[in-house]
Amino acid sequence: MKKVIWSVLAILLACAGLAYGSIKLDQPTIKTKKQSLVIYNWGDYLDPKLIKKFEKQTGYHVVYQTFDSNEAMYTKIKQGGTAYDLTIPSDYMITKMRKAHLLDRINVKKISNFKNINPAFLHQSFDRKNQYSVPYFWGTLGIVYNDKFVKKGTINNWNDLWQKKFRHQILLVDSARDAMGMALVSLGYSMNTSNSLQLKLAQTKLNGLGPNIKAIISDEMKMYMIQNEAAIGVTWSGVAREMMDENPHLHYVIPQPGSNLWFDNFVIPRTAKNKKAAYQFINFMLEPKNAAQNAEYVGYATPNLAAQKLLPAKIRDNKQFYPNTVTIRHLHVFRDLGPKITQEYNDLFLEFKMYAR
Amino acid sequence: MNNKKARAFFMVPYLMWIILFVILPILLILWYSLTDANHHFTLSNFALFFKNGTFLKMMLNSFWYAFLITIITLVISYPTAYFLTKIKNQQIWLLLIILPTWINLLLKAYAFIGILGNNGLVNKFLHLFGLGPVNILFTDFAFIFVATYIEIPFMILPIYNAIKEINPAVIQASEDLGASKWQTFRYVLWPLSWPGVESGIQAIFIPSLSLFMLTRLIGGNRVITLGTAIEEYFMTTMNWNMGATIGVVLIFLMIVVMLLTGKKAKRKKVKL
Repeated sequence: MKKVIWSVLAILLACAGLAYGSIKLDQPTIKTKKQSLVIYNWGDYLDPKLIKKFEKQTGYHVVYQTFDSNEAMYTKIKQGGTAYDLTIPSDYMITKMRKAHLLDRINVKKISNFKNINPAFLHQSFDRKNQYSVPYFWGTLGIVYNDKFVKKGTINNWNDLWQKKFRHQILLVDSARDAMGMALVSLGYSMNTSNSLQLKLAQTKLNGLGPNIKAIISDEMKMYMIQNEAAIGVTWSGVAREMMDENPHLHYVIPQPGSNLWFDNFVIPRTAKNKKAAYQFINFMLEPKNAAQNAEYVGYATPNLAAQKLLPAKIRDNKQFYPNTVTIRHLHVFRDLGPKITQEYNDLFLEFKMYAR
Repeated sequence: MNNKKARAFFMVPYLMWIILFVILPILLILWYSLTDANHHFTLSNFALFFKNGTFLKMMLNSFWYAFLITIITLVISYPTAYFLTKIKNQQIWLLLIILPTWINLLLKAYAFIGILGNNGLVNKFLHLFGLGPVNILFTDFAFIFVATYIEIPFMILPIYNAIKEINPAVIQASEDLGASKWQTFRYVLWPLSWPGVESGIQAIFIPSLSLFMLTRLIGGNRVITLGTAIEEYFMTTMNWNMGATIGVVLIFLMIVVMLLTGKKAKRKKVKL
């Protein structure tokens, strides 16, 4: 019995020690609460050096937290446990958050660097008057292929993926909207359709791709493509850029007849405590030099015209990552389709995952 | 303090724990599964589940994979556990078997990705004989293989303990009385070690029903079980009601498994 008590005491003591240590480590955050800016961003989606620079310039302490899906972010903001001052949702999620009254208006006149943003990326369907959001990055959905296995230039169209020779060769992104969207657009439909027949046809088309699919994954795709594990990957432009930095055999194409164009924008949640700092941070990130540095780090395309000019020519002139306006016109921006249709997309995709082999 | 009061006092933390972390969450899941998005009572979630072929197929899939994993694990573990009780230095061997469970599951999964991949160890080995590369990763085989590997220690330990507890005299008596090796196993060893097998099966079958990380990392989402669906409903479409319904069905399946494995033991006892 004595032994038990002693060991229990020892464990409790160790736990208390650890707890004390972790509180100690957290203390700076608590102390400077008044002066802090709480940012909620996608993982690995901001050059950490810029946060340091911002802290130095303004004296604010930045608390930086990350999420891995729009939906996870939405749930957390809605629950309201933490007062985030700034977050970065994608297009359709901005509509959804606005409808749920989770967003504060942003007065763009107070952001002096707002003028740097390419007007082509303003006034999008999810925020017609840019009252709630400021563009951060944009990109596309496309095909990455490895020229060790696929002849250069032979993949230009979504339909090329359906060829028999790519059996067991394709890694597909694990996202219902993107996978279904790919099938829809290859059939000539809109990526935002809510027509059940078109969706069913898209699923049938996707089922035909089944034998060619090696796996349906998300983040791990980066690793597999770099290690020459698969010939083809369907993924987003930024992920593709990161892969291509590591493996020179990889190439990215935005396929015909069109694809998805997406935006990630700054928004200020209604629960924000330090709006002044949020404005300052947005303005800081829109400064051409900072935006260029960030774009080089993250790999997605910046909507900041002044920053684009500062980028190395190799990146700036790359038509796959900064497509011309003609290509952009063929791209679809996702719209929030409401819970019922979203469920339909996801159910069809889940069925496809079940049966297509 | 008299004994009864003391006992009640010591029960408090345990009861609190059970209520807060076991009973309340289950009630919450039940409540979600029986309501719709507007918090009105409805049975439509269950109706949808049992009318929709996809869910039923997924349930069968989950059941089938869990069954395969459990059977294969049992076939490998039982002889291992038996021979473990017969050798020297049992503690060291046991330690070696337990050791992998100290390593994080995610790490093990990633290690297997490296081993089973196109440029992995297995394919390099096959290449020596001019074979391959063979697709191993993202197949049913890979999924079941890795799941079995991960579950084996949880099957060996209870069986080992159960066999260890059997009085060797009983086995000797059976042999002395002329029972064949098979008869000894069938009528003496197996029934007496059944409690260990039972807890092994429960410890493996039940979690295997919703192995979710492995279906994704090793199965590449080519193996779809109810866990995949739950993730989709909670995280992607945020239809918590349907997600909870699938959860309730899973809980029900687990109860059925518990009852089935538990009952058999009783029947055996009566027979003896």
